[in-house]
Amino acid sequence: METLYLSHSNITKLHAICEEYNNDPGELINVLHAAQGALGYLPAEVQEVIASKLKIPVSKVYGVVTFYSFFTMTPNGKYPVSVCLGTACYVRGAEKILEELERQLEIKVGETTQDGLFSLDCLRCVGACGLAPVISIGGKVYGRVTPEKVKKILSEYYFQEK
Amino acid sequence: MNVVKTLDDLMCVRNAAVAFSESNHPAESVEIKISMATCGIAAGAREVNNYLAALTKREQIPVNIVQTGCMGYCYAEPTIEVTLPGGEPVVFGFVNNAKVDNIVTHYIRKGVMPEDAVWIKDKVQTGTDSSPRQLHIALRNCGHIDPENIDDYIKADGYLALGKTVTQMTPDQVIKIIMDSGLRGRGGGGFPTGLKWQITRKVEASRKYVVCNADEGDPGAFMDRSILEGDPHTVIEAMVINGYCTGADRGLVYIRAEYPLAIERLKVAMRQAREYGFLGERIFGTDFSFDIEIRYGAGAFVCGEETALIHSMEGKRGEATVKPPFPSESGYNGFPTNVNNVETYANIPAIILKGAEWFGRIGTGKSKGTKVFALAGKINKVGLVEVPMGTTLREVIFQIGGGIKDGKKFKAVQTGGPSGGCLTEKHLDLPIDYDNLLAAGSMMGSGGMIVMDEDDCMVAMAQFYLDFSVEESCGKCTPCRIGNKRLHEILQKITSGVGEESDLERLRNLAIVIKDTALCGLGQTSPNPVLSTMNNFYDEYIAHVRNQACPAHQCRKLTQYFIDPEKCTGCTLCSRSCSVDAIKGERKTPHVIDPILCVRCGTCFDKCKFNAVYVH
Repeated sequence: METLYLSHSNITKLHAICEEYNNDPGELINVLHAAQGALGYLPAEVQEVIASKLKIPVSKVYGVVTFYSFFTMTPNGKYPVSVCLGTACYVRGAEKILEELERQLEIKVGETTQDGLFSLDCLRCVGACGLAPVISIGGKVYGRVTPEKVKKILSEYYFQEK
Repeated sequence: MNVVKTLDDLMCVRNAAVAFSESNHPAESVEIKISMATCGIAAGAREVNNYLAALTKREQIPVNIVQTGCMGYCYAEPTIEVTLPGGEPVVFGFVNNAKVDNIVTHYIRKGVMPEDAVWIKDKVQTGTDSSPRQLHIALRNCGHIDPENIDDYIKADGYLALGKTVTQMTPDQVIKIIMDSGLRGRGGGGFPTGLKWQITRKVEASRKYVVCNADEGDPGAFMDRSILEGDPHTVIEAMVINGYCTGADRGLVYIRAEYPLAIERLKVAMRQAREYGFLGERIFGTDFSFDIEIRYGAGAFVCGEETALIHSMEGKRGEATVKPPFPSESGYNGFPTNVNNVETYANIPAIILKGAEWFGRIGTGKSKGTKVFALAGKINKVGLVEVPMGTTLREVIFQIGGGIKDGKKFKAVQTGGPSGGCLTEKHLDLPIDYDNLLAAGSMMGSGGMIVMDEDDCMVAMAQFYLDFSVEESCGKCTPCRIGNKRLHEILQKITSGVGEESDLERLRNLAIVIKDTALCGLGQTSPNPVLSTMNNFYDEYIAHVRNQACPAHQCRKLTQYFIDPEKCTGCTLCSRSCSVDAIKGERKTPHVIDPILCVRCGTCFDKCKFNAVYVH
């Protein structure tokens, strides 16, 4: 694993989050949600800080982080792209959308583009099945997507960056 | 705001709320409801709302715009419901700013239906008519009230059931009503709700918990999200009643972090309920106190299982444990815990107000009441429907759902999500209830209903669900962790065209072993999609292993696209839409697909206007 040093201010932030939940190990999941919200992801160093603050083994924190799909140990791109692979989207062609995104972004699921702009992920159902297939980019939901629309949607973001 | 201490106080609040809205919105104002659930907002409901508000203000039309939860017409989002003074409500679908202009100029101003309006004519009945197509009990307020306004809920008899329960009834009397009603758990298992409450009540402990399971993990199901977004107070009210009956003073809502809007509305509702005294100390002036906290899920399907859910709330990995002990005896932090699903809770206030007998008259022998289904997939009217138990699949899919998309042929419908099975043509007239679905090789599940047409390969479908189960397995027991992985590998082999007939035998045997030996509900039901597709579509499996062919042309490795030179006009549409440049040819001459470059996405097939592209 690549070495990374947390800044002093980030350590303070993590301590504050743990204290907000009374350093209660029973609140571990809420703590991790808050930590990921603040820092974007949960690398090993972050887990170590949380473990020592809550007085539990790092292995326990790691076990929880890797168990739940919501938590990630790698940083997301500036615009995280998620393809819904729920059943409704699947039968309406979500796989083709995913392949098209992989082709356009030249990355695989779980990776981030070299320029750090996009990361690609799958998720299970945002509950917008009426608009299937659905993708979300940075929280914005795009419905009734087709492989041809993918390029157009991405170009909005490339355009913003120019 | 004064805290509500008696039933009379509640009536005062209600009367005040009615008087307030009457004084603010005189009789001549037009009532407009906008469906503002997650899918409505994604489709542009917020823009429509802003535009409509600005337009009516500018034109000085007296209106009362209410932002409601899901109306259930997901296929036609954004949807709005317009009620002219003294008129019947009319629902418009696919609304955008241009349509709003027309609705205002023609319908609101002149009472004439605009030509381009998509007018949704289905009427949902909320009464007790003999055989209504849809009957809304759990969804009774969804799409009708503003979920962020507690007064709206109180006007719709909200918190009346709670008031009656804690001031006039003993816990045993309430439990008896729930038992007599025949209500069974709507999360999938179908365990009698009243009995569950009674078991928790009888256990002696210094502390007890009431939990609401809002970890809707079945991909393609959105009933619980819609209820929480459209009517959060009903869930809060029912949890407090549950606390009163079981002797718990704390409630926990376990909700998916993927549902930010539902979480937000629940938080708003909890804050309002506290202000009015429906949560907190001495509810309705009695000695009973109760409050609710929210716990977030983090994306794990297995956490819908009671024991796994409880571990997750304790901040641990969501692994299932052997039952007994049941959570009713030893649950959250070792205390007795009563876990019910969102939809189950949404039924409670209605049952208490209208009585067990009323509820018991709806439905079939052992399945009383209604069930909410999230109807999705290859169907014309994707939406949220609530029908009495005993309604047939045909009625749901073809009458309410409007039949199959693009005039294709119905093939199968999956109920119960990854734990359920597929039902086919021959099951269409089966009355839907817990027992019938089990007997047909599927299950009720939480209410996802995914419709598939002739283009869906059932072997690939089984593989899709297995893919899900493999990923979601908590890894604790061997049959689920390793068995499902092996099942998935065999299916992968079959869909890649290298399967053999002996694989089918292995597939079935392994599926049965996993079903019999896995630890929790997830593992025991994960082979269901394999077994039910094998039972109903064995010929498709045979075609894959014997002829290396996929009859639905869905399995990529078994299909190849060609262009018929006789039919191709050389319009170049296909080559322009091909994202990998696999189609070559000059304008006005027949085109050719390069099989090596082709990724079998099927875009050319869908695009060609001359049916020149075909599959083998």
